[in-house]
Amino acid sequence: MVEQKLMGLNGDEAVAYATKQVNPDVVAAYPITPQTIIVERFSEYVADGEVDTEFVPVESEHSAMSCSVGASAAGARAFTATAANGLALMWEILYIASSLRLPIVMAVANRALSGPINIHNDHSDAMGARDSGWIQIYCENAQEVYDANITAWRVAEHLNVQLPVMVCLDGFTLSHTMENVMTLPDETVQKFVGERPFIEVEGHLGKGELRLDPEMPLTMGPLDLQDFYYEHKIHQVDAMKQALKYMKDVDEEWGRLSGRSYRYVEPYLMDDAEVALIGMGSMMGTIRYMVDELRGEGVKAGMIKLRLFRPFPVDAIKKAIGETPVLGVMEKCISFGAPASPLMEELMTAYYSDEEKPMMANYVVGLGGRDVSPDMIREAYTSLEKIRKTGKVEKLSTYIGVRGE
Amino acid sequence: MSKERTWEELPKGAVSYRSSMEYKTGDWGIDSPRIDYDKCVKCNLCHFFCPEGCIHVEEDGTPAPDLDYCKGCGICAKECPAKAIEMVRK
Repeated sequence: MVEQKLMGLNGDEAVAYATKQVNPDVVAAYPITPQTIIVERFSEYVADGEVDTEFVPVESEHSAMSCSVGASAAGARAFTATAANGLALMWEILYIASSLRLPIVMAVANRALSGPINIHNDHSDAMGARDSGWIQIYCENAQEVYDANITAWRVAEHLNVQLPVMVCLDGFTLSHTMENVMTLPDETVQKFVGERPFIEVEGHLGKGELRLDPEMPLTMGPLDLQDFYYEHKIHQVDAMKQALKYMKDVDEEWGRLSGRSYRYVEPYLMDDAEVALIGMGSMMGTIRYMVDELRGEGVKAGMIKLRLFRPFPVDAIKKAIGETPVLGVMEKCISFGAPASPLMEELMTAYYSDEEKPMMANYVVGLGGRDVSPDMIREAYTSLEKIRKTGKVEKLSTYIGVRGE
Repeated sequence: MSKERTWEELPKGAVSYRSSMEYKTGDWGIDSPRIDYDKCVKCNLCHFFCPEGCIHVEEDGTPAPDLDYCKGCGICAKECPAKAIEMVRK
């Protein structure tokens, strides 16, 4: 393990600092709350000559992602950051980035989507982009944010993966809250990320690296109709499978260097748990606190922090859940008109064909930044205890913390 | 058409491994031009107006549509001042 420096950083600053150490070739970004600090800090690094990055202050997020696509296609390391409506404006280009297999890294400071306009945290922005072909990592604290913004490059650029990565951090709760962050020396980070590797592809002039090069011209993503498009989508399906296989190698390598590895899921007191909550992001810290409190009261509570949503780590999740009889799914997102919220639907799909499965209930919390308090989490565990005792899930989805029945 | 590649055999990143010349788009159309060479005055307006660039001009000035790429839009027939081009159903 290398010597580390303790810094006081909020989540956004942790993104900016990690990205400064990575020193990408291009950063194209447009400011939007609560991501603004990321690009503000980064533009200061550029102005102070601390990075070699070409900083492109674009006029919209659509251009930020388009610029990142162009830069990454040309062989550059391209980074951007956004939130909520900014992510929504990037939509069509998100799909282009992933289908062209461009290893862009983007920090998303999760914020509620308008309207009505709201600048605070929930997961409706990134959850909406779950089918865009991007890898999605959700962070619990600023330390994870720092680590993920370095390891994300190695995951994205892994020769068996080659996919863009979204590093999600809860708006304000993480983005604007200062925490202790252990940071590695610049040289160590530089050595860890190394040079961007390229896969070999066959273009119309022969074999070459997957990047735009006047010496070896390639055509990326041209008109692709009934005869090829489907096959290219299967490439993306396969890339996600590969990501699930190889991400743990990067995580373990980072663990050897920093002493911190996260795996895809982090179970807490799950060995003998009778009721457990699963979820993502900053609220998992509060849930861990409540698990301890409930254990003190004799309730066999446990929790699983899910760090990776895409690709969805089914095996790791099932292993963490084990034989826990009752599972609550905590989500900061609603899929309007759907039977349940996205994570709940994924888990139910994953378990549908299994003989042994937990009873599951969905708890929606914290929309538009509403505080997810210990009391609300206690309410979820109380509901799970009731399910365990009665053997019945009376309500598939509950909106915790909303006024009214 | 020869057997197309499977997804495992295709280059990643949606890179086209063939030139667009090998992608015959002529079968998209329902009509194709028939030139009456007795009426043709070799003005080559059809060559210039063709949006696909598929009407070549031979050395003596005779226009020659390449039906591998002609999408049958009929612009050549519309523009021909000698009314020498007729669009016929394939």
